[in-house]
Amino acid sequence: MRCSYFAVQNIIHLNKNSHLDYILRLADNPMILGQNLSKWCGHGPILEQDIAITNISLDFIGQARNLYQYAAELEGKGRTEDDFAFLRDPLNYKNALLVEQPNGNWGQTIMRQFLYDSFNFYLYNELKNSTDKQISAIAEKSLKEIKYHLRYSSEWVVRLGDGTEESHQKMQTALDDLWMYSGELCTPDALDVQMYEAGIGADLDKIRPLWQEKINTTLTRATLQKPDSSWMQSGGKQGKHSEHLGFILAEMQFMQRTYPNMEW
Amino acid sequence: MSKKNWHLWEVFIRSKQGLSHKHVGSLHAPNADMAIENARDVYTRRKEGVSIWVVESANITASNPDASDELFEPATDKVYRHPTFYDLPDEVKHI
Repeated sequence: MRCSYFAVQNIIHLNKNSHLDYILRLADNPMILGQNLSKWCGHGPILEQDIAITNISLDFIGQARNLYQYAAELEGKGRTEDDFAFLRDPLNYKNALLVEQPNGNWGQTIMRQFLYDSFNFYLYNELKNSTDKQISAIAEKSLKEIKYHLRYSSEWVVRLGDGTEESHQKMQTALDDLWMYSGELCTPDALDVQMYEAGIGADLDKIRPLWQEKINTTLTRATLQKPDSSWMQSGGKQGKHSEHLGFILAEMQFMQRTYPNMEW
Repeated sequence: MSKKNWHLWEVFIRSKQGLSHKHVGSLHAPNADMAIENARDVYTRRKEGVSIWVVESANITASNPDASDELFEPATDKVYRHPTFYDLPDEVKHI
């Protein structure tokens, strides 16, 4: 009798932390990607794309905010969305490795975006059916933006891939460089499985073939060659990051850490 | 980046309450699909509209300002072209 009481307590404790961890995984991706994309502001290759990419950056920051607000509420320890964004170290960030890779040239940004957007679309399509009402509501709201992002990035992949010799070469290089970070997105770990079985999270095994189909179709239209290699980098979701995240957070968190509690 | 392939397009937006598309500005794009997307990103950020038309600027023919006199002056004093000489019965409220 005593054994099962403690077992039940442990499960409840584990679930709340797991639940929070899962939300942070969902939130940290758009946070870091939004932060990276914002660096294009004023530097876009042409005015209309400068506006387009920074619009997308703002969409992501908005999604991150919704999720951090929910995380703060769920945790119930008085932390706010700002604490989550500005006061966590890289080890506590749960974003995938893909989103922290550098912007590089426009082609690299677009390729990174496409690999992420195609995953994100299927992910949120599943999340809108989550038993967690908040996640479901956030997913429902964000799905329209995400559909637009996917349309935008996939069309640009095709234009640049099936473009000039120079643009084609740059896109192929970008794909070759970023490919090893793409597998992490759809590869479930214990937390993903646990959350899916609880009805809260998405089934990554279901998403993976959909994502692969989308990638294949678009890359073919773009006349780009999918890399042969199947070895994939991972660790981002567990808090093990590349050196890039350190620089991203240092820049993003500098003001808040240097002038604690500053507001504007 | 070669600008010569990025033509100028005029953008018309119809707002949610509106009946007609209004001219809101112009932008550059290499083709019609991109012109629509760019117009969405540049001219509907603040929920200005729900419908977009784009027309390549080269396809728009405008009246010559120098010819304004002969084109528009004659209409100023032709009061008989306006439907204002009918006696409307009181029962007709909206016309």
